[in-house]
Amino acid sequence: MNVSALLSAITNMFGGAGDSISQILSILFYVVFIVFLFYGQRIQMYVMIREVEGSLYKLKYIKEEGRKITIETIKEIGKPQTDPSARVDRYLEYFTIQPQSMDPAGIVYKLDHILDVRDSRLKDEVKIMAPASNEVQVNNLENTLEAAMALNFIYKVIRHYYIQGKKTLSLYIIMQLQMILPLVMKEAEAYASALKAFAYGQPIGDGAGALVAAKLLHGYETRKVPKDCVVATVPLEGRTAFIIKAEGPGGNVGKPGDAVKSVIEENEGKIASVIMIDAGLKLEGETVGAVADGIGAAIGGPGVDQYKIEEALVEYHIPIYAVIVKEDIGDAVSPMRKEIADSVDKVIERVKNVILERTKEGDKIVIVGVGNTIGIGQ
Amino acid sequence: MSENSSPATAKISTYLMMIVLIVIALSVVALMLSVNALIVGNEVVAGYLLIIGFIAMALSVYVLLQSRRRIASMKIEAPKVMTTVECRKCGFKSVREFQRGDFVFKDLDACQKCNEKMIITAIYKEVKEKEKTYGV
Repeated sequence: MNVSALLSAITNMFGGAGDSISQILSILFYVVFIVFLFYGQRIQMYVMIREVEGSLYKLKYIKEEGRKITIETIKEIGKPQTDPSARVDRYLEYFTIQPQSMDPAGIVYKLDHILDVRDSRLKDEVKIMAPASNEVQVNNLENTLEAAMALNFIYKVIRHYYIQGKKTLSLYIIMQLQMILPLVMKEAEAYASALKAFAYGQPIGDGAGALVAAKLLHGYETRKVPKDCVVATVPLEGRTAFIIKAEGPGGNVGKPGDAVKSVIEENEGKIASVIMIDAGLKLEGETVGAVADGIGAAIGGPGVDQYKIEEALVEYHIPIYAVIVKEDIGDAVSPMRKEIADSVDKVIERVKNVILERTKEGDKIVIVGVGNTIGIGQ
Repeated sequence: MSENSSPATAKISTYLMMIVLIVIALSVVALMLSVNALIVGNEVVAGYLLIIGFIAMALSVYVLLQSRRRIASMKIEAPKVMTTVECRKCGFKSVREFQRGDFVFKDLDACQKCNEKMIITAIYKEVKEKEKTYGV
């Protein structure tokens, strides 16, 4: 039996007939159908694995760029005697162990202590790596290193699940990874653009609150308050406003919790209200730089500062208001967008409205500009 | 930021490359068969084979270009950051590119017009592309 006769016999078996092309197409169709019937899930998994692998390559590239930028910036600013690469690599693997939460009483202060130790250790490491850098540059370098560390961590976690998925050939591990990948990639890209901003000391979107506070207190005398924050006494709409922000222009978020507490205690609790200004995460569809106001302590991070502020407010029965500038995670850690910089005047107007509506003339108020003050002086 | 891609990302995956090469080889065979069919006078078969050959060739080239474009998009681009310098006395304003050491409210040299010290009032990046609204 020759090949064409065999083809014809097979296609006739499945009800196909006609010229040799339709016979080939008909057989091809059945082969594809049978293969997908038995191996459809596996093929789907391989497609997903390819997709994850592509993103993993991109993450690796971003992570390596992050490391390279960090080392170059340290060499450029810090003028070290030896190559800082080994120390940077060690730093990228740094970890922080959260305090035990089986008995949650007092956990906030334990976490606060651990974060303090971490911060001072990291600053000391940066000073060793970059001996010629000043205080502002040390803060900027610390932020650069933290962004590189975040990128390294994201890459390692994704790689872990990718290898685990390939090892076990588990569709569900790979599927979960593939589902969260767009969000992970968005975050990684945001950190990648943050690296340059931190290295150059450019203001980032997260600094919206700090920028508003800086604009309100610019030209007035400032004094330091714990920790890494400054406060200025400013007359505003017939009230006395204590404006607090992290001390700039180095990359620094300070500890607004301690600063607010100390200002309230200095005034023996006689504060009419506290207004917090911060960058707030926007939902898809909302405009970047839109301003909204509400109630509560507008502050992110591990929650230690929010706890301290709320504790002080409850003790003295002080109302708290919040004004936020909307932006997404990418905008928050990358150089400040024009829309966010332009929203500062709108925020000040909103703050003045809150002051006029919620306090009386002669009252004392506290205004806190929350966020990383990199590239923003006072 | 460096514009060169790292060795880890510079290559196209071998798996993809293998599939593309197989499809290109098959499309070349289809084109050759179509020429053969045309010579023997079977024009309908020649037409089919020609279409199949061209579609397969076009698809494989498209996939190859797409993967190259994906590699190109892997470069991290540093956005252009601008600094606004203002004179608080006469209102003279100028916008220039960000320089290392700039920060908001930094005092700068004297104003060209009134000789008063100028300050940096804003540092920002401009995002050109508009966000998609998806019609809602």
